[in-house]
Amino acid sequence: MSPLRRVPRPSFSRKCTRAQLGALAAVALLLPVLAACAGDSGSNASANTDSTDSTDSTETGDLVVYSGRSEELVGPLFAEFTKATGITISARYGDSAELAAQMLEEGDKSPAQVYFSQDAGALGAVEELLSTLPESVTSLVADQYRAVSNTWTGVTGRARVIAYDAQNVPADQVPQSVFELTDEKWRGQVAIAPTNASFQSFVTAMRMTQGDEVTREWLTDLVNNDVRSYEKNGLILDAVDSGQVQLGLVNHYYWYEKAAEVGEENMRAQISFMAPQDPGSLVNVAGAGILKGAAENPEAIEFVQWLLSPSTQEWFVTNTYEYPLIAGIASAPKLPALDTLAGPDIKLSQLADLPGTLVMLQDVGLL
Amino acid sequence: MQNKSNAKAPLLLFWGAALCACIAAIPLVYLAIRIGGAGVSEIVSILTRMRTWETVGISVGLAVVVVTASVLISYPTALLLTRTQLPLRRFWFTTAALPLAIPSYVAAYAWVALIPGMNGFWAAALVLTAVSYPYVLLPLLVSLRSADIGLEQVARSLGEKSTAAFFATTFRQSIPAAAAGSLLVALYVLSDFGAVALLRVDAFTRVIYTSYRASFDRSNAAVLAGMLVILAVILISLERKARGRSLRFRADKGVALITVPKPLTPTYSVLSSLWFIAIAVISLGIPIISLLVRLSQGSRRPLDWAELMNAVVNTAWISALGAVIAVLLALPIAALAANFRRKSTSTIESISYSGLALPGIVIGLSLVYLSMNSVPFLYQSFVLLAVAYAVLFLPKSLGASRSSLEAVPPALGQVAQTLGYSPLRAWLSTSGRISLQGIAAGGLLVMLTAMKELPATLMLRPTGFDTLATELWSRTELAAFGAAAPYALALIVLAAIPSFALSRGFLTSEKETMVSA
Repeated sequence: MSPLRRVPRPSFSRKCTRAQLGALAAVALLLPVLAACAGDSGSNASANTDSTDSTDSTETGDLVVYSGRSEELVGPLFAEFTKATGITISARYGDSAELAAQMLEEGDKSPAQVYFSQDAGALGAVEELLSTLPESVTSLVADQYRAVSNTWTGVTGRARVIAYDAQNVPADQVPQSVFELTDEKWRGQVAIAPTNASFQSFVTAMRMTQGDEVTREWLTDLVNNDVRSYEKNGLILDAVDSGQVQLGLVNHYYWYEKAAEVGEENMRAQISFMAPQDPGSLVNVAGAGILKGAAENPEAIEFVQWLLSPSTQEWFVTNTYEYPLIAGIASAPKLPALDTLAGPDIKLSQLADLPGTLVMLQDVGLL
Repeated sequence: MQNKSNAKAPLLLFWGAALCACIAAIPLVYLAIRIGGAGVSEIVSILTRMRTWETVGISVGLAVVVVTASVLISYPTALLLTRTQLPLRRFWFTTAALPLAIPSYVAAYAWVALIPGMNGFWAAALVLTAVSYPYVLLPLLVSLRSADIGLEQVARSLGEKSTAAFFATTFRQSIPAAAAGSLLVALYVLSDFGAVALLRVDAFTRVIYTSYRASFDRSNAAVLAGMLVILAVILISLERKARGRSLRFRADKGVALITVPKPLTPTYSVLSSLWFIAIAVISLGIPIISLLVRLSQGSRRPLDWAELMNAVVNTAWISALGAVIAVLLALPIAALAANFRRKSTSTIESISYSGLALPGIVIGLSLVYLSMNSVPFLYQSFVLLAVAYAVLFLPKSLGASRSSLEAVPPALGQVAQTLGYSPLRAWLSTSGRISLQGIAAGGLLVMLTAMKELPATLMLRPTGFDTLATELWSRTELAAFGAAAPYALALIVLAAIPSFALSRGFLTSEKETMVSA
């Protein structure tokens, strides 16, 4: 390679030595300390701004809601609230669980005043950040649909159902119990969403009513029966609707949402409710809680009360097909009444042992 | 043989780069705090769980397959684009960078809609390759174009066949660019959640997401994420090894001989066109057609044009701002790494890369925690969101900037200095100017990625600030795919604009070179 010539390098005479390397490491190590120091002063500062904020908010009426339910869905509802009460809402939308994780990181400095979650599990996870709801709120909802500690309340109910491929499975052959799903007949034909909160809540409910032994055995049998795992309820419904699988465990309203999107007559998938008392007929909730910093905030309380008002509950019935949780409101036509579902005999607060369920799901290889 | 200057870097540059690297390392600080919160027995139980290692194995396997496929696609593509008068060359240039505009979850969804039941490792490998191979292709284009082909001619004049001459000279000089791109692809695959989740691959990120989403066990999740950082460090050192073997040579003094595209015979024209069409169909055609089908199926929610335009405008400026900050942060590190190889400089470079393997939720939460505890007045502001993008994607701009700076002979800067320029001015008027294109390519990558970013955007955006990605998310959450389609298409169209601009810049400067040659 003789004709080639190496490009000469510049030679700067400044020192860049081991000492610099050490200093660099020191800076990297100091960073968290600096952050922590800044955090201390920051917390004072933000405590001050918080208090000014809350005085401000009574004047400007800006209620901060962290919403695990999507803007498409509840945005119009929040606008109704503003119209009715004059209180404007500053809403942050996100995944329920990710918002819960975010609030845990924000800690007591969280700007959130109300947390509106898709499911009971995420509300349970942030219980330590929530204040006790006033009697005027908790008296509206039956006790199985709110926290034992009264830190959160259900707003709407969602039932677990089985979706089936109506082209291949006659309605009278659809399993009435989750225990039938491990039958050889359904090998490779059952879809579940093991990473999804509503499936995990169902497994927790099964553990509470049937015991860990039975649940573990059922899950193992399910895995041995080639159960198919999906990421979300919606994808399970798509899979059933396109005939990839015959059966899928989902929440009831997914079917109604998809039917509204593509037209009911175009739905190949149909849904069926499981037998009363079966773990597969669990009724979970979407719910709300007020953060400690806003415990005395009348607007936050008014908002949660409003979510449980007859007109809002009617709105959910018509728009999301969920179950109303206050007395005197009828559920959507074609849905069996909430009290006839008679899900497994547990309180939603009992679903808090999610970690135990996760370990079990990991053990059987579903997570 | 010595490949890098052993000279000491200027103090200012060194410390500037160190500071920038610390900013990029913010997520690691958070992880350290959270791992510190986990008990030893907890850590041991995670590390001894068979399942943990199975999922790590799957993720690593996926990264290996996707990187290999990306390199195999990128080399022929880059050579055809830089060296031949391929039919529709300008058009192919524009589409070359476009797959980056398609979020992995959109691509995966499109494939599943097309082939119901498609899932598993190889499906994920296909989708991830289709959306990430341009990470290799783009730096390679810049590198091959600026390579001095005088060397190849020397080799041929010494009796080597043209292929052998290419591999002995230009190919070896292109290794740093290909390696930098491969690193980005590997880290992208390790951190991806959207595609692996939809295609039901038991990748490591799923385990991490489950820890956060279902158990809210932040320590547990942090330990798992820490394992990803270790994997990233291993990959970074592999990349450095690949880079170390490459040499930078010039044939002679004077102006380098730049490639002049040659005409292709008709047969080769057809074959290479088929190659480009096949790639375009897989990476762009299928996702776009699938979205159009969804769009035509309609939705019960009518499209609100004002809302869409608002999201387009927001996405454009916030990602551009993030890209500018990322480039500014990456430049000192790139300049240092390109010209001074010492242990301390490579430490700085590694630190700035290591966060890229982390899934979005980890980065999002780390920025929530640290901004809340250090700059609470900036929490959920535009500034913080743009800085977040810069922190997240700085490595993407770093790879492109560094490899193009490396191609500039440092002697130029020295000459400028002997003529009385200050070091900074000398650098700006030589290296900075010559490698502007590579630096711009890096900025483009950051902008494209920032447009698609979701988890950190959801957590850090100012309340009520909607981008295309958040609007898309909000609609897919509801399974309203018909309503989501316009947003997905708008995202792709928006991202096409900067990539088109880049391609045009590339072609124009090439013409000038041809004229001056």
